[in-house]
Amino acid sequence: MTTVNIDRSIDARGMPCPGPLMSLIGAIREGEVGTVIEVLSSDEGSKTDIPAWITKAGHEMVETVEDEGFTHFIIRKAR
Amino acid sequence: MDDSTLSLVLFSGTDDKLNAAAVLTAGAAAMGRKVNIFLQYWALDAFRADRVLKDHGVAPEAGADGAEAYQRHGGQHWSEILRQAKGIGDVGIHACSLSMEMFGLRVEDLDPLVDDQEGVASFFMDVDGPVTFI
Repeated sequence: MTTVNIDRSIDARGMPCPGPLMSLIGAIREGEVGTVIEVLSSDEGSKTDIPAWITKAGHEMVETVEDEGFTHFIIRKAR
Repeated sequence: MDDSTLSLVLFSGTDDKLNAAAVLTAGAAAMGRKVNIFLQYWALDAFRADRVLKDHGVAPEAGADGAEAYQRHGGQHWSEILRQAKGIGDVGIHACSLSMEMFGLRVEDLDPLVDDQEGVASFFMDVDGPVTFI
């Protein structure tokens, strides 16, 4: 796991597509530039959707870590 | 990247089809696409303010097993997904004036998710590509 400081963690496990992505977008909007947000998601769609949105929206994927039955997505708000 | 408008005509009023439409809308809005939705017939009926959260059932092809799988899967209600989509993007939801007349409805009778009512030609003012009918 990364040593980056996580400012906000969102537990979206159990939420189906597109819930985890929508939660992330909400958190990105509320945060300052530089904020690091972690999303925990058990939705398979998040594995493609979150990276696609990050690329489109111009933020930075710090790290993705597979856990048991879910994924940690760690994102930095870049703009 | 294609940034054309996603144009949806919602006709069916069952929860599974409305949920599928809401998910498409949220995905398009997240990816920066404008979404233009026209509500006709049974979909419009499902947007009545006093009925939006009631059980609208699922499409006939679901069968008993499919209906049970849909209920079990849970997740957010389609109206909430649409509300989130409107919060993050440019999503217009318009009631078909013909269907409004058929049901004897006014815009005030509908959930606030619906922006206004318009005729079919006005809907096509914002169409710049294919129209998806659900």
